[in-house]
Amino acid sequence: MTGLTIESLSMRFDLPGGGHVQALKDVSLDLKQGELLSVLGPSGCGKTTLLNIVAGFLAPTEGQIEMNGHTVQGPDAERGMVFQQGALFEWMSVRENVSFGPDMKGMPKSESAEIVDHLLDVVGLQDFKEKMVYELSGGMQQRVALARCLANDPDVILMDEPLGALDALTREKMQSLVLKLWKETGKTIILITHSVEEALLLGERLIVMAPRPGRIHKEYRLPFADLGVGADLREVKKHPDYAPTREEILNMIWNMEEEIMGRTEETA
Amino acid sequence: MGQTFADLGGELLTLVIAVISALPFLAIYIGVILGAFFIFHLIKRRLTPVHDYTSLKTVTFGDESAVVSNKAASVISIVLIFVFWGSFTGSEWLPRFLHAPGPFVGEASFTYTLETEDGATDDATVSVVVHEAGQKPDTPEIAPGEGLAKDDVIVVQAYRSKLLRWDSNDEATRSEGAKVIAVEGKPLTREAKVDVGFGSVALTDKGTLNFAPATGMQMEDIWLPAPESVWRRLISVSREGYQNVKLSEHLSFSLFRVIIGFALGAMVGIPLGYAMGLSDWARGWFDPIVEFMRPVPPLALIPLVIIWAGIGEQGKIILLFLAALWIMAIGARSGVSGVNITKVHAAYSLGASKRQILRHVIIPNSLPEIFTAARVAMGVCWGTVVAAELVAAEKGVGKMIVAASKFQDTDIVLMGIILIGIIGFGIDMLMRWVEKYLVPWKGKS
Repeated sequence: MTGLTIESLSMRFDLPGGGHVQALKDVSLDLKQGELLSVLGPSGCGKTTLLNIVAGFLAPTEGQIEMNGHTVQGPDAERGMVFQQGALFEWMSVRENVSFGPDMKGMPKSESAEIVDHLLDVVGLQDFKEKMVYELSGGMQQRVALARCLANDPDVILMDEPLGALDALTREKMQSLVLKLWKETGKTIILITHSVEEALLLGERLIVMAPRPGRIHKEYRLPFADLGVGADLREVKKHPDYAPTREEILNMIWNMEEEIMGRTEETA
Repeated sequence: MGQTFADLGGELLTLVIAVISALPFLAIYIGVILGAFFIFHLIKRRLTPVHDYTSLKTVTFGDESAVVSNKAASVISIVLIFVFWGSFTGSEWLPRFLHAPGPFVGEASFTYTLETEDGATDDATVSVVVHEAGQKPDTPEIAPGEGLAKDDVIVVQAYRSKLLRWDSNDEATRSEGAKVIAVEGKPLTREAKVDVGFGSVALTDKGTLNFAPATGMQMEDIWLPAPESVWRRLISVSREGYQNVKLSEHLSFSLFRVIIGFALGAMVGIPLGYAMGLSDWARGWFDPIVEFMRPVPPLALIPLVIIWAGIGEQGKIILLFLAALWIMAIGARSGVSGVNITKVHAAYSLGASKRQILRHVIIPNSLPEIFTAARVAMGVCWGTVVAAELVAAEKGVGKMIVAASKFQDTDIVLMGIILIGIIGFGIDMLMRWVEKYLVPWKGKS
């Protein structure tokens, strides 16, 4: 069992009008198999850049990512991705979307059909198998996206604010589903979010990133994700450590935002 | 002498005067629209009240979703076009009371007053027979009457005019200094003609009289034939053909050209657009060519195509190919550029190869744009083929109407225009239907 190692990653690119942006500076992380990491930070802290580098959509200017004994060079089926929205193929039915990965690998229909059936059961969309994705609600679409990612059996699942576009109630249901899938499948998950509550509830590990340059500011190990598996998340929030941790992180991010505002006002 | 800007100004003035003289008719038309609107709503209110969601909206002015095309208005509009058409052409499909006043036909008479050089005057009566086109009534016999001026007879066809050499039988002639000073007792000069009720009498430069019977408000067949004569022409031309070519042959030649030209344009244009959307080199290479050729109207290429390829089928197919090519290339290009990058990222993360992404993501994602482009291209091709046939062709619906116009067969011209419109509309409806069937996800992302 190998995890994922991020080694002193830096990302710096030139701007068209001269000058440059240091999106990430010296970010290192070690993820064990089956860990659930949530990444939090104010806007512009480079968390999406980090995820895109891990996914292989962007090449870092320095550092590298090691996984399964090789260096990440580009996107690959070993690292599945769940996007905020708009990543489903609307010209395909729910079933065709979920079996996309297996189909591309050339898996026999009988085998892939079994996987699809199982996963649609898990996410509770068995009745919507032959529907087109645009006929589904936002929450249902994200469940399809989760199932599609899982059908490919990746080692790591990268989630880029997957629940960001959902309403509060649907979001809570989906958070439970993510926890359930995490426990059942034992996948390594990196979850980007800008909701502190979501980061707390879903992060076994939580890193808070700071902006300019994007870097890891603080890391937490939290009990809430384990407590939340199969439990009511509203009960988890009553845990004595929950509210203080939330306040601490909120203050931290608030101060960072203040600092950015102050800096931009000075330069303006 | 060439045309000058002064001529242009004069023509513009004529146009403005024509528009102003049409204003009362326009006002009547608007009045009919408003009248129909109020009557329709009055009737609707008396009938079963509707309680669907839209009818419960209080804000409809400015709410685009509350404005749906009113079917009744469309039906009334189409019916009215035919009523107006029939009314101003004296159609037999319409009851007579709906006809606009027609041209004067029948017998009447007016008097003119002659004055000799020495001041003697005498009146004479002119009997007028106005007949319809195609009839030739006998010239009635009349007694010449007494006095200096003798009575005359005019036989004239409706919408035409006739010169009256009044002195051919009079005792005083123009060469002796006699002239006509009044008609029906009203003074007649070169500037002011006299309205006699059933027509008008004018004095020509040579001193003769020119009688024009009243035309009423109906159009002559040569300007606008009645709907039934267009219908009869449709039947006869589809049975016997026009100038030895069947109507179906004319139409199928035009359609055949459009389909071949469009198919070739799509076959080259779509891959070209894909290349432009997927490769920076191809984009840079073809962008100047496509962006230059796109605004050139295909009609402007007709002379060059005729020089290069002659007036045969090749030339027309090349023209339609060029008309469709750029539209399809641009449609395919924007279809590829419009693919949401997260879809491509997702496909890569799911292990798809470049080839699979092209096949399963980029092509299906670009289909809605390609269909929109295809609809535009079909419309442009249809317009271009008709225009190209007007210029030079042996068969085709455009050729048919231009040949008919040379023989002033206005009913065939009108029939051709209506058929061109119906076919163009039919092509668009067909494309929409195919689009709905093949790309049901359009606009649903």
